[in-house]
Amino acid sequence: MTIGLGHYLSVGAILFTLGILGIFLNRKNIIVILMSIELILLAVNINLVAFSTFLGDIVGQVFALLVLTVAAAEAAIGLAVLVVYYRNRGSIEVENVNLMKG
Amino acid sequence: MIQAIVFLPLIGAILAGLISIFGAHARNPGGDTVEHHDAAHGADAHASDAHDEDTDDHGHDDHAVEPAAAGSRVAELTTTGLLLVAAGLSWMALVDVGFMHHDVRIALFPWITSGDLQVMWALRVDTLTAVMLVVVTTISSLVHLYSIGYMDEDPYRPRFFSYLSLFTFAMLMLVTADNLVQLFFGWEGVGLMSYLLIGFWYQKPSANAAAIKAFIVNRVGDFGFLLGIFSIFMLIGSIDLETIFAGAPALTGKTIDFFGWHADALTLTCCLLFMGAMGKSAQFLLHTWLPDAMEGPTPVSALIHAATMVTAGVFMVARLSPLFELAPNAQAVVMLFGATTAFFAATVGLVQNDIKRIVAYSTCSQLGYMFVAMGAGAYSVGMFHLFTHAFFKALLFLGSGSVIYAMHHEQDIRNMGGLWRKIPYTFTVMCVGTLALTGFPLTAGYFSKDAIIESAYASHNPLAFYGFLMTVVAAGLTSFYSWRLIFKTFFGEPHDPEHYEAAHESPLWMLIPIGILAVGSIFAGFPFKELFAGNSVEDFFRESVKMHPHIIEDMEGVSEWIKILPTVMMAAGAYVAYIFYIRRPYLPVELAQQQPLLYQFLLNKWYFDELYELIFVRPAKWIGRFLWKVGDGTIIDGFGPDGVSRWVLDVTRNVVKLQTGYLYHYAFAMLIGVAGLITWFMFGLGAQ
Repeated sequence: MTIGLGHYLSVGAILFTLGILGIFLNRKNIIVILMSIELILLAVNINLVAFSTFLGDIVGQVFALLVLTVAAAEAAIGLAVLVVYYRNRGSIEVENVNLMKG
Repeated sequence: MIQAIVFLPLIGAILAGLISIFGAHARNPGGDTVEHHDAAHGADAHASDAHDEDTDDHGHDDHAVEPAAAGSRVAELTTTGLLLVAAGLSWMALVDVGFMHHDVRIALFPWITSGDLQVMWALRVDTLTAVMLVVVTTISSLVHLYSIGYMDEDPYRPRFFSYLSLFTFAMLMLVTADNLVQLFFGWEGVGLMSYLLIGFWYQKPSANAAAIKAFIVNRVGDFGFLLGIFSIFMLIGSIDLETIFAGAPALTGKTIDFFGWHADALTLTCCLLFMGAMGKSAQFLLHTWLPDAMEGPTPVSALIHAATMVTAGVFMVARLSPLFELAPNAQAVVMLFGATTAFFAATVGLVQNDIKRIVAYSTCSQLGYMFVAMGAGAYSVGMFHLFTHAFFKALLFLGSGSVIYAMHHEQDIRNMGGLWRKIPYTFTVMCVGTLALTGFPLTAGYFSKDAIIESAYASHNPLAFYGFLMTVVAAGLTSFYSWRLIFKTFFGEPHDPEHYEAAHESPLWMLIPIGILAVGSIFAGFPFKELFAGNSVEDFFRESVKMHPHIIEDMEGVSEWIKILPTVMMAAGAYVAYIFYIRRPYLPVELAQQQPLLYQFLLNKWYFDELYELIFVRPAKWIGRFLWKVGDGTIIDGFGPDGVSRWVLDVTRNVVKLQTGYLYHYAFAMLIGVAGLITWFMFGLGAQ
């Protein structure tokens, strides 16, 4: 059985769905939400690389590297915000993070 | 010269006003509220002390009175001096215009230019105006002089003198007006100054109420006056006096639509103009403000509410005599109201107890006389009475002021009595004033009042006999109430020993003006009789008033008993007053007890205040309250600003509930949004 484009896209779709579900079903921890966002970005990366290989266009892989960079920066900032938040509020449970409630 | 007469009082008013302003500033630097409060309190105590007639405290001299503003004396002397100069120039102007026939018209500068409407500031001096100039400036300068003495305890004298001079300026603008708009400017100017001066003691609520009442009642008259000016402009297309008089004869028989009623144009216009005169001259139905205006300081009553401002209406009718002569029906209206006022005010005067109110009702009554002469077409005769009345009524008011001053601001004649021994000078001049007012032979009032009664008898007005009857009856009543005032004030036993003992003659500042006025009250009649009511009228007044043809000859021709009748009535009134208040003082009390209804009716001034309260004031208040609570509060605020803000709050309160604050809700909304957008781009409008 040869592994084709469809398989790669399936993996990407599954990862993406897992990421989305991770955001919505998670009631506990904001770090999990950050991880889910990473998961979504990885799914997108897999899509980009798969299309790049199959279409013979290197731009897709370059773009994937860019996404990885952005994801790393985002994770760093997100974690830093979380640390400050925890220091101020003493909790990072999703249920408690509701300062914006009207 | 004319400019000097008109503008000198204005200069005086400005100077005194500046002194008043700077004085207030120096007294109260930086507007420190605490200090200001103290000042107001001090003045308040002084005012209530000095002018509350119920107070037993007669030693208000002992109280620490707030010191007058710096420069009070300068303000007094400047305004008085300028007025005296203006008065001297006015007499010269009268000689120049009346006898030398040098009528003057001075265009100062343009005022309003709007389409067809051209209004100039212009001074027009003919004999009618010159007579008014003399009356206004003479009385005003004497009142200024008198006020220096009368107001010497008041800390706000510069303001008072500023108002007095400004009033004089407004009145001079009124009488020198060359067009109706300028006349109206002066008209409103004197109304404003009247308001300010009645409310001069603004710490007294009654003074404020009286000031507002005077202002509002005058607005009713001014409404008619304005409509009259509008209709003249509509009919003739100009408000310039010359053009109006030239165009008026062509208007006879014309009609205009007035609320769907085809009214005779001239009659309607003249009636509307007369409505303005009724307000200003306190004629029947619009008279209610004049007695209340006595809340103001006495010199103000003498100047404004007796001698000058209230004659503005009489002057206006005389000024527009070419119009009134063409509208006999309007003249009948003038006669009707004049005669009714003369009678009505005299009856009310019979039973009043406040010395100033008696004189005020007397003023009202005498103004009625003047309008009777106007209605008869004998305008110069009306002006004659205006001229003589100014002297003796100013004298009576200033004399009453002197009595009030002597009695430490006691105004009720029931508390006086026997004063002739204490203040003989005031007593003498008051007697002269009373003789002139009642028309004692050879005094000023005798010539003018008899001339009016003769003109009413001789006129061809449909209501002439009514006018004649009412004025004759009023002559008797006038004599009665005037002598009642004298007898109760100066004769009999003192009713208030404390006040009586403390009574003293007024300072020289006050005695000199009333002395001059007393001389005027005697001698203002005979030398001017021929000029105002005799054969020289044509020569003296010339074009300035348009007399009814033949009225002067007809007056000469009335029978002897008509000429004697007013004198007989005067003597009868004086005799009855003598019986009632000197010989048998118990008679008036018994009469009042026998006729309680009549007595109460007169004492309450025919219940006019109560009637107006019922007809106008309460409904007006009710409508005002309704519009305030329902119209403004419920409807405009309810659906307007308040309603919108309440609606916005309601909506936001619900929208706020969407903001749960949970991250996953926001993320979910984003996801749905992204999905929606993509769907829209793929399948909806975006795909095309």
